[in-house]
Parts: sequence; C-alpha cells; structure tokens
Amino acid sequence: MSEKSGMDRRHFLTVATSVTGTAGLAMAIVPFAMSFKPSARAQALGAPVQVDISKLEIGEMVRTTWRGKTVYVVRRSTEMLSLMDKNVDELADPNSEVATQQPAYAQNSTRSINPEVLVVLGVCTHLGCAPIDRFEVSPVDLGPDWVGGFYCPCHGSKFDLSGRVYAGVPAPTNMEVPPYRFLSEDLILVGDDTGVTA
Amino acid sequence: MNSGRQEAAEVSLMSRFAGKLGDLVDWIDARFPLTKMLKEHATEYYAAKNFNFWYVFGVLAIVVLIIQLFTGIFLTMSYKPDAEKAFASVEYIMRDVEWGWLIRYMHSTGASAFFIVVYLHMFRGMMYGSYKNPRELLWIIGMLIYVALMAEGFLGYLLPWGQMSYWGAQVIVSLFGAVPGIGPDLVEWIRGDYFISDITLNRFFALHVIAVPLALIMLVVIHILALHETGSLNPDGIEIKERKGADGIPLDGIAFHPYYTAKDLVAIVIFLAAFSGVLFFAPEMGGYFLEHANFEPANQLKTPEHIAPVWYYTPFYAILRAVPSKGLGALLMALAIVLLFFLPWLDRCKVKSIRYRGWTFKLALTTFAVSFVSLGYLGLQPAVEPFVTITRIFTVLYFAFFLAMPIYTRFEKTKPVPERVTYEH
Repeated sequence: MSEKSGMDRRHFLTVATSVTGTAGLAMAIVPFAMSFKPSARAQALGAPVQVDISKLEIGEMVRTTWRGKTVYVVRRSTEMLSLMDKNVDELADPNSEVATQQPAYAQNSTRSINPEVLVVLGVCTHLGCAPIDRFEVSPVDLGPDWVGGFYCPCHGSKFDLSGRVYAGVPAPTNMEVPPYRFLSEDLILVGDDTGVTA
Repeated sequence: MNSGRQEAAEVSLMSRFAGKLGDLVDWIDARFPLTKMLKEHATEYYAAKNFNFWYVFGVLAIVVLIIQLFTGIFLTMSYKPDAEKAFASVEYIMRDVEWGWLIRYMHSTGASAFFIVVYLHMFRGMMYGSYKNPRELLWIIGMLIYVALMAEGFLGYLLPWGQMSYWGAQVIVSLFGAVPGIGPDLVEWIRGDYFISDITLNRFFALHVIAVPLALIMLVVIHILALHETGSLNPDGIEIKERKGADGIPLDGIAFHPYYTAKDLVAIVIFLAAFSGVLFFAPEMGGYFLEHANFEPANQLKTPEHIAPVWYYTPFYAILRAVPSKGLGALLMALAIVLLFFLPWLDRCKVKSIRYRGWTFKLALTTFAVSFVSLGYLGLQPAVEPFVTITRIFTVLYFAFFLAMPIYTRFEKTKPVPERVTYEH
C-alpha cells in the first residue's frame, strides 16, 4: 500500500468515526430531553374533569381545576348576553379569529356550545394570572362603560363575558376555551370533546 | 547556658521542619505543578499598582459564591423539594433547625449581595474599558456567568414554594410561550406538566443545586484563566505589559500576592461587616430581598394582587412591561441582555478608560446607569401611569446607549493617554 492511499484511508476513518460518534451523541441526548416532558403520571392526572352545573344559578360562576388551571363556568343570563354586544367595537378579536384560543365549535359570537353556559380557562393570556369575575355593570373602579366581564389584577387586562379581550390592554388574545362537551344538560366534561362538532 | 542550648535546639528543629516541608513541596512539584501555579496566578501575577476600590468586586463575587455554595449545601440537608412539603421545610429550617434561620438568611442575603457586587463589577468594566481588545472573550465569559447567575436566582426563588415563588415562576416560564411556533410545547417541556407543579419544583431544585452551580464554578475558573492570560487592566486603561523592566516584570506591575491579597482582605472585611448588618438587622430588606407575599404558601387558584420579581431582575421586567405586546416585550427583554455581549464590538473608540474618553461617552454611560437604576425602580411599581410612560422613556434610552454606540464612539474626541499609570486623577 502506498503512503498516500494510507493517509486517505486514515482520513476516511477519522471522518467516519467522528460522524458516527457525533450522531451517537446526538441520539443519546434524546432520552434526556424527552424525560423533561410530562410523565405518564402527570398525563394521567391531567385527565378530563366533570362539572355539575345543576345547582349553578343564573349570573353565577363556578370554578374547577383541570390540569392545574382554573376553569370558569358561568351561567349567563339573557341580559348579560345582550349587554355584551354593546362593546363589540372595543374588542381586539370579537370574532375569535385566533384559532388557538378555542376549539372550532366555540368559535361563535358567544364562544360556547350552549350560549347560556360559558366555559373558559381562568388564566390571563398575558402572563398567566387569574382574572377576577366582575359581572356588575358600571362599577366605580372600572368606569361607566363596563358591562361586566373579567378583570386581571396583575396588569389590568380586561375581558368581556365571553372572555374576549379588549383592545389596548397587555393581554394579546382572548381567554382560552378548553375542549369540553356536555354529558347531559347539567353535566360538563372539561378536557374531552370527543364527538363535538362545530 | 541551659536556655541558650534550648534555643539552639529549637532553631535546629524549626529548620529541620522547614526542610521537611520543602522536601514535601518538592515531592508534590515533581507530580503536580503546585509551585508553578502559585507563581503564575499569585506571587508572580503582576497587576497594575494603581487599582482603585472599583477593583475589589471581582474578589467579593468569589467570596459571595463561596458563601452561597457553603450555605446552600447545609440548606439542602433540611429542605424537601416536594410541593406538599417545601414551604413547611423552609419554615422548619427557620424555626426548628439549630441556627437554621442564620444559614437561610445568609443564603437569601447572599443572593442579593451577589447581584450587587456583580453589577458593580460589570459597571467597573464599562467605565475602564475592561471589555475591549484583547479582553473581549473575558467579557463574554463574564456575561455567561451573569446569565447563569440570573438562571440560578430564578430557579432558587421557586424552591420556598411561596406565593411569589409560584406566580413569579408562572410569569417567567410563560414568557417562553412567546417563542414562535414551538412556544406552548416549550413551556410544557420546561414545566414537565400542564402547570407549575411538584414536577417543576423537583427539576428546578436539581438545576439549582447541581447543574447551574457546576456551570458557574467552571465559568468562574475559565474567567480567571482568561483574565490571567491577558492580564488585568487598570483605571488608566493602559497595558502594563507593554513596558517591562530589565527583569521582564511590567514597570507598573506589582505581584497579586502579597500586595493585592492584602488589599482585598480589607475589602472583604468591610463587605462582610455590611453583609452581617443586613443579615442581622434587615434580612428581608423591607421586602426587597425576601418579598412579603412569599411568606404565604403557593396557591395556584389565587394570584397575588401585585407581582414583582426580586429587585435584581426588575430593570428587565420593566422593559418587558413597557411594550403592550407579549412577543415584542419578551424579545426586547432578551435583547436588553444580549446587547451587553456585543459591547466590545459596538464600542469603536480606541481609548479604553473613561478618564481619557470624550464627553459623549461619559454622557452616554451616565444615561445608561441612570436608565438601568430607574428601570429597576419602575419594575417594582404597578403598571399604571405615570410609571408606564416613564418606563418607556428609559427603555428607549437604555437601547439608545447600545444601538447608537458605534456612531458616538467613532467620532469621540479623546484626551491623550499617558504612557505610565497614574495615582492622582
């Protein structure tokens, strides 16, 4: 074997070994990176939850938790629903066009399956604080134009009674509607929407 | 007569002992470069003789690092990284563990002290041009230490599992949701759950006590090695290596040991006195070092009325809130830190020290310092007027310092730099 072909061979082996070694190292990172994802137990604890709203009065709200997030369920009165239309011009996304913020079946004017029942995550879309339910009309601190909705105490974001965000506040999008379905008229399953169509 | 003999015996014993010690050092030196390293990094490491008090903060940062590592080890012996037990275990340390309160307060005060000395250390570098050629890499390594330190502080703040721990982590982790495309998945990956939970606490604990401290120690060693390669600069911004005596030693240089070790000891004593003052008389520092909301256990269903991070992050938090858009706010906040890395290349002026630089740089650096401190104050205030408008003004000034730097430093009218270092100024 000539000296030159010996060097070629050595060069080839060096490159091949380096590439194989690097690929192996890259693949060895995968299990460690994947171990950071929600574990089987975390996923099981994130299973859907049932909410019984048979005792929920009109105009009242009930809270539950799903995956560590507060879920707000509000039984809206017809008056609340009609007042909501008053401020449509001041909303950032009145038609719920940001698709990530609700399932397709809640992309309507009331952001719900049943207009009377609102199901939203009680998480401000700005930095994750919990917006406060302020359903009263024209309170002193929120001004005469307030027709009821949610107010975030952290950075002052405002949402209407469908969780739609007002324009000009820190929160960028409407409050998120989780996947849910009605098991019966008064029983909601939050976290599962099998069979629900838009 | 008798005592004279005794003395002679003692002297011979001491010289024999010294001889034995010398033999031991020789034995080690044949196997490990002990004497060589001591010479290279201490007794024959020459630093300029005109250091002023601004040059003590590097050493003080090492002192605080040692305090944090040492107290941290003792805290892990009683702390439980479990969402059910974490808050109670910190209270247990504070009330039931002998001297536990002291160890815990040393650690929490040390966190704030770390940032105080590091911010002053960085400002020293900006004043005297310590980041300029040939110390660009030294500056970058230092910036990496700063970023690691911010991560360390953030991870550690979740561990007491108080209200501010929980909601602060909620706010900061959700910032990663602003990354286009992978945002929500990234947030889930960081938390390891669908919310900040026991799983998140457990992994933050692992990162806080092992991963980041390990990285910090390695970076500090690299930082010092890089410093000793280029040599320390001085308040005049003169390279002392360029003028050496016949013995090859810089004319303006003095050995780090014993001259600067002795001087640094004075600084360490003063620092520890101030540190103890805070430790014993104001460990919470009126809610700035330990926030009041954190004395309440974490409650994922109730957000505190007012969320503010600890003081050392507030300049960047203010920038985040100055922008009425989540994505842009997060981007600007990241950029505020990233721009610091590029300082060596943004600054086009050849003169290093502020002593001989033009009025434009002096004005710019003052504006920067005022903006940084003001943003720090504004980040602690609620996001209402007039704070919002003032925050926006200082945010613009902060970025102007960096972005206009290539222009105002290029046409700077500098003063002549002396050939040898000076004492009077």
